[in-house]
Amino acid sequence: MRIALFVTCLGDVLFPDVGKATVAVLEGLGHEVVFPAEQTCCGQMHTNTGYQHDAVGLVRHHVEVFEQALADGCEAVVAPSGSCAGSVRHQHAMLARRAGNEALATRAEVVAARTYELSELLVDVLGVTDVGASYPHRVTYHPTCHSLRMLRVGDRPLQLLRHVRGIDLVELPAADSCCGFGGTFSVKNADTSTAMLADKMTAVLGTGAEVVTAGDASCLMHIGGGLSRLRTGVRPVHLAEILASRS
Amino acid sequence: MSTFLGMPRGRVPGPPADPAVGQLTGDRPFPAAARSALGNSRLRANLAHATSTIRAKRAAVVEEVPDWEALREAGSAIKAATMARLPELLEQLEANVVARGGQVHWARDAAEANAVVTDLVRTTGADEVVKVKSMATAEIGLNEALEAAGITALETDLAELIVQLAGDKPSHILVPAIHRGRAEIREIFAQRMPGVDTGALTDEPAVLAAAARAHLREAFLRARVAVSGANFAVADTGTLTVVESEGNGRMCLTLPQTLITVMGVEKVVPTWSDLEVFLQLLPRSSTGERMNPYTSTWTGVTPGDGPSEFHLVLLDNGRSRALADEAGRSALHCIRCSACLNVCPVYERTGGHAYGSVYPGPIGAVLTPQLTGLTGGDDPNDSLPYASSLCGACYDVCPVKINIPELLVQLRAEHTEAHAEKHRLPTPEAAAMRAAAWVMRDADRFAAAGRAATVARRGIRKGKPVLPLPPPLNGWTASRDVPAPPAETFRDWWSRTRGARS
Repeated sequence: MRIALFVTCLGDVLFPDVGKATVAVLEGLGHEVVFPAEQTCCGQMHTNTGYQHDAVGLVRHHVEVFEQALADGCEAVVAPSGSCAGSVRHQHAMLARRAGNEALATRAEVVAARTYELSELLVDVLGVTDVGASYPHRVTYHPTCHSLRMLRVGDRPLQLLRHVRGIDLVELPAADSCCGFGGTFSVKNADTSTAMLADKMTAVLGTGAEVVTAGDASCLMHIGGGLSRLRTGVRPVHLAEILASRS
Repeated sequence: MSTFLGMPRGRVPGPPADPAVGQLTGDRPFPAAARSALGNSRLRANLAHATSTIRAKRAAVVEEVPDWEALREAGSAIKAATMARLPELLEQLEANVVARGGQVHWARDAAEANAVVTDLVRTTGADEVVKVKSMATAEIGLNEALEAAGITALETDLAELIVQLAGDKPSHILVPAIHRGRAEIREIFAQRMPGVDTGALTDEPAVLAAAARAHLREAFLRARVAVSGANFAVADTGTLTVVESEGNGRMCLTLPQTLITVMGVEKVVPTWSDLEVFLQLLPRSSTGERMNPYTSTWTGVTPGDGPSEFHLVLLDNGRSRALADEAGRSALHCIRCSACLNVCPVYERTGGHAYGSVYPGPIGAVLTPQLTGLTGGDDPNDSLPYASSLCGACYDVCPVKINIPELLVQLRAEHTEAHAEKHRLPTPEAAAMRAAAWVMRDADRFAAAGRAATVARRGIRKGKPVLPLPPPLNGWTASRDVPAPPAETFRDWWSRTRGARS
């Protein structure tokens, strides 16, 4: 299958290893990955901070880029992020509609219908739960809010992780509680965000895991930023990176 | 706002009050109020324990209902249909209450409602009323208004009584004293409850409840006037409903001669078969019970049985305003179960006082600013739509499927747009967002920005920027390290390694 990678703005600029790992996993399964170079950002930060007018411009750009990729023979768009895939699927058409642009909303719905978070693409579309990975580490998995409650990925990431060779997968207590990131919430309400982060870190540390994984680089940046500040030694590693690992 | 959807025309002398007034605004924006609350270790422990207990109870009793999702759909549909013809239903309710011997009063705002109730109590000659727990009367500050008129209002819900004796404010819709532990409650009773035997008073729940019972029983027998709210009002029969756990509400509703009910106009439901849906949804969502212990219903007055005089005060106080907002009106579907508070990771840590309004938590963060209006400025209620990480737990548990995260996002836009309308200069945040959007609308500009970020990696040492970040970004670095940008962005890696192929 030919798959278009939406690497996300954060993945592009701050966490390129997540994108590289996504490419490696999909190519390892024999699929063709294309990276539409015109892509930028889904606009979620603007939408969720209250700047819908600015966001609509980004929605239009995103739709133009990925409808072209679909026209060029891509059958799916994959994002290694539940949050960004969630924004494409649950916010783009709504934003266009609120801006009175029904035509854009319809086009956004077409792109949204072909957009998948990585674990959805692997399990639902490609029908794979064993990607041939090997990762001999003690790992705990944090289901991010938007993958869990917006996309309803359920246990797909865990199905993938359970097939990783050598992994010691330990359950995270109160896993479905938000880590406190919430985009600009983390700076606008930094104290409350930190209180939520403290509880998430306590849960992670209680598992004795050396690695905390998730399907969103943004939430991992938050959890990892706290774990690093306290010098806990626990590393954040994106799900894609574990699935691409052949150690 | 010229739209006048909530109350029927001709019932009140003018348009509804705009914005709402009452106990709906705190004295500080949410982040500042939250900061204080987060440092209160007893509050944190009480909240964590109480919310996790109620969460687990709710989850268990919802799990056992096979058609729960269908019930939620029905609840949502009934509320939407009700709001679409609210004036008509309210007039039907009025006609049926009057036909059964009750009287109906219309109040545009808190001041009017308080004046109506005060006059009604004065007419009876009573200087004391007993109260059924009610959010509407808390919203309008009725107790304070009555006190100013020389009338004592005695709360009879146990938790509400604790809050009242302590001179405190409620911090939860359902369990207003959720922030108090039993040792604190024992102290409050010992110091403030008239006639309590302090020697025998321990912090055992049964002992505390017995003390409250003795105190309240006297008041029930003495009272000539009761004031209640209403959970529901059935338009086609004129029947009011109060749902409660303790039976103290039942005492208030049946013993005094005069009953005054203050009800937000959105509480009306068309028929008893609509009520049936909510009586299934509410107890499981709120207390985590299959059925609440006391469901009282009454229709007008019945000679020789219960109050001989019944007044219904229909309150707007910003509801017409909220209803006029197509995107926001679903917040009025709320049945005050408080399930969203109990699952909210923000509420669980800050408690209800940080929200400033009598309506805290996720529903408060969308309802309160709609009732009072967003200013686009520094009004404390303008900070409420931002008091959420948008985790979505509230939407999952809402019995009438109010999409609270989407409403929060919409209200954030209304806040920034209200500011833009009033000011020529954008806020620094708005300017930064506009600049970021400009960069991100073009791949070349974005790629250049990404390369600039890779250069900035030298500005980060051991997870901290060498130069301190300005507000609000320093909110991040206060508790979290910053990831060092990579030497090469993804797109540059792609074009270096794959450029020829794509």
